[in-house]
Amino acid sequence: MNHLPQAWGRPRDDVYGAYDASHFQMSGPTQHSSRPIVTGTSVVAVKFKDGVVIAADNLASYGSLARFTDVKRLRTFNSKSVLGFGGDVSDMQYLDRLLNSLSVRENYSTSIDDSGKSDLDAHNLHRYLSKVMYKRRSDFNPLWNHILVAGLGEKDAPFLASVDLLGTTFSSPTLATGFGAHLAQPILRRQVPDEAASKELSQEKAVELIRECMKVLFYRDARSMDKYSIAVISKSGVDLKEDEKLENQSWAFAEGIRGYGTQVN
Amino acid sequence: MGGFDFSNHNRNAALHAQGVPLPKATSTGTTIVGCIYDGGVVIAADTRATSGPIVADKNCEKLHFISPQIWCAGAGTAADTEFTTALISSNLELHSLSTGRRPRVVTVMTMLKQHLYRYQGHIGAYLVVAGCDPTGAHLFTVHAHGSTDKLPYVTMGSGSLAAMSVFETQWQRGLDREGAVKLCADAIQAGIWNDLGSGSNVDVCVITQEKTTLMRNYITPNERSKKLRNYRFQRGTTAVLNEKVMTKEDITKYVTVHELEDDKETAVAEKMDVDR
Amino acid sequence: MASVFSGAPPAGGPGYSFKSTPTPSQASGIREHSFYPYADNGGSTLGISGADFTILAGDTRSTSGYSINTRYEPKLFKIGGEGPDHVGATLVLSVVGFAADGHALKERLDTIVKMYKYQHGKPMSVAACAQRLSHMLYGKRFFPYYVHAILGGLDEEGKGALYSYDPVGSYEREQCRAAGAAASLIMPFLDNQVNFKNQYMPGSGEGHALQQRVPEPLPRADVEALVKDAFDGAVERHIEVGDGLQTMIITKEGIEERYAPLKKD
Repeated sequence: MNHLPQAWGRPRDDVYGAYDASHFQMSGPTQHSSRPIVTGTSVVAVKFKDGVVIAADNLASYGSLARFTDVKRLRTFNSKSVLGFGGDVSDMQYLDRLLNSLSVRENYSTSIDDSGKSDLDAHNLHRYLSKVMYKRRSDFNPLWNHILVAGLGEKDAPFLASVDLLGTTFSSPTLATGFGAHLAQPILRRQVPDEAASKELSQEKAVELIRECMKVLFYRDARSMDKYSIAVISKSGVDLKEDEKLENQSWAFAEGIRGYGTQVN
Repeated sequence: MGGFDFSNHNRNAALHAQGVPLPKATSTGTTIVGCIYDGGVVIAADTRATSGPIVADKNCEKLHFISPQIWCAGAGTAADTEFTTALISSNLELHSLSTGRRPRVVTVMTMLKQHLYRYQGHIGAYLVVAGCDPTGAHLFTVHAHGSTDKLPYVTMGSGSLAAMSVFETQWQRGLDREGAVKLCADAIQAGIWNDLGSGSNVDVCVITQEKTTLMRNYITPNERSKKLRNYRFQRGTTAVLNEKVMTKEDITKYVTVHELEDDKETAVAEKMDVDR
Repeated sequence: MASVFSGAPPAGGPGYSFKSTPTPSQASGIREHSFYPYADNGGSTLGISGADFTILAGDTRSTSGYSINTRYEPKLFKIGGEGPDHVGATLVLSVVGFAADGHALKERLDTIVKMYKYQHGKPMSVAACAQRLSHMLYGKRFFPYYVHAILGGLDEEGKGALYSYDPVGSYEREQCRAAGAAASLIMPFLDNQVNFKNQYMPGSGEGHALQQRVPEPLPRADVEALVKDAFDGAVERHIEVGDGLQTMIITKEGIEERYAPLKKD
């Protein structure tokens, strides 16, 4: 027992850490999210001759903890586009709700053309998202995501573009977010260096390529998982599979490893 | 006494606290790789050296000699990789002379890790050590803090992930020499094209029990494009305020002058890159 | 042990929560990660004005850190004209720095120039547009658009006009300007080759009497070659510059756009 009365019944700072009194200050500036909490890792995508393939694993991490193992990070929009979300999962769910209301609003207010498709294509969706993201970053209240938008754009041409938490946008025949930008993008670029190459790529090859990337990401990304979702967007619609498992993993290199230095046996 | 001089440490710490930035060291923000195959080991490197976003050297050598059958690829601070490998190379030769045996790769690896661990990461050398010795072909990585790894294929530097993507998709057990060289060269190229810290050419070194083959500029996919315009200035373009001509006779008063034959090359240096 | 015991807890000893006045900033410590609303997307641009034309050029690489986002992301934008394709536009804006701000700036300027035509029934002059752009940049003086902008067009006399800006709106009409990552590499080259800085007329005098070489507007073919050579040089020595060269040439016939490949390492 401490002899100082003000300390009685109170947790010691050296045991429990100092009390975080930040919530006392009600008149201070509004607190915005300054870091992501529950996160999803890479999203990878590639354009092929008549569509786009996109994939992301089903893991939501809490720091280094594999917290939720059945989180779907691909989302379809108006059967013409698929979004892949990397980064904060709660911000992803907010965007999901936002896009649902947008979709409802659009489908009520605009006419649907003869083919039964909505007026908003992947290109429009990407533009909309980039404005939302840029607005939020300009308000110092970012949505902590890096998003890939895959689908069909004008004249049903394959469309693939990205937008991040700062509102930065770019487009490429192959795209990958997060760890995938370092590890998957080199694999994708080797097979599909430019637009011309993507116009030659078949759907089977594209799917195979994306599956290969997911495998390499599982080998080397410590925040990844072997269960993933993959979507193919083409004129025939969106084919989304959400319970894929990595196949044909190779751990052949592991056999001969003995220690890290001088160990022999 | 040899070793480092720390006498300016307090002054530098005080300057740094006042906001004076540390001098920028040339780094080989690099792609380096290594791969074991049946009968030997291959290491490879790109040839770009950077200082911040500026390319300091377009064709530098990142494959360092340790002993005739042991070579080292270096990433990180250029000076650190250069001096650390040179130091260990010297000590290894003395060790080899005193024991009367061929040097071993584990010895190099151990000397490097003990040296680097002592400096707690302040020596920014990230190395791939490879070689052949009486116990076989070996491949290691040594990090600046002193940790090591022993794997059949390794990558390091800023392009390590790009290079690793090649190994993780293409590597298989029981490679032959051609396969290993191709794999390493492809891994370096993945770094060259995808990592901004890496670029220019591919250097490869193949080490077998019989011999070491250093293939400098094994692939050169980044030849400089030809300038469209001519940038030679007319003689007299630069302003001259005054000039003084020194003749050979004037010089002879102070130093001895040796006549050189004009067309005979006196020293072999790298040809300078000049526009014609 | 000379210190006098004051009755207060010893400074180095364990502390207790709920001190007399909570100091939130100290109690919670410095935030480990705060949001920074800017990014540097690398790349470089340059502009040169001639007697009856203006050339703007920029590389098409977009970077973040040591990664390439995409090998084709334009930094040159047509401003004004009709519809989304800017038919009949006479102005070109180049932006380099933070791409999201660049896009936002270009979008705003484009709208303003188009609205001007609808409201006044005549296209906006390059001088007016230049001043408007300056005001737009200064309007965000305390949360700037992180870009170096260059605006190109033809003035009322049909001469090439080129305006360059700093991020907060200071602007100037110039003969030539390089901006972005490799500006410090390209600008001295342009000073020497366009404005003939540090060049003297051989044999025009002795010592201080030597005559400066007088700059004159360069022919279009020479300038085009100069632009390509400038970028080829920058690509060699700057890691963030490369992949492709987008060029726009503004003449009284309109805007001619071109693309040439650059080194991709």
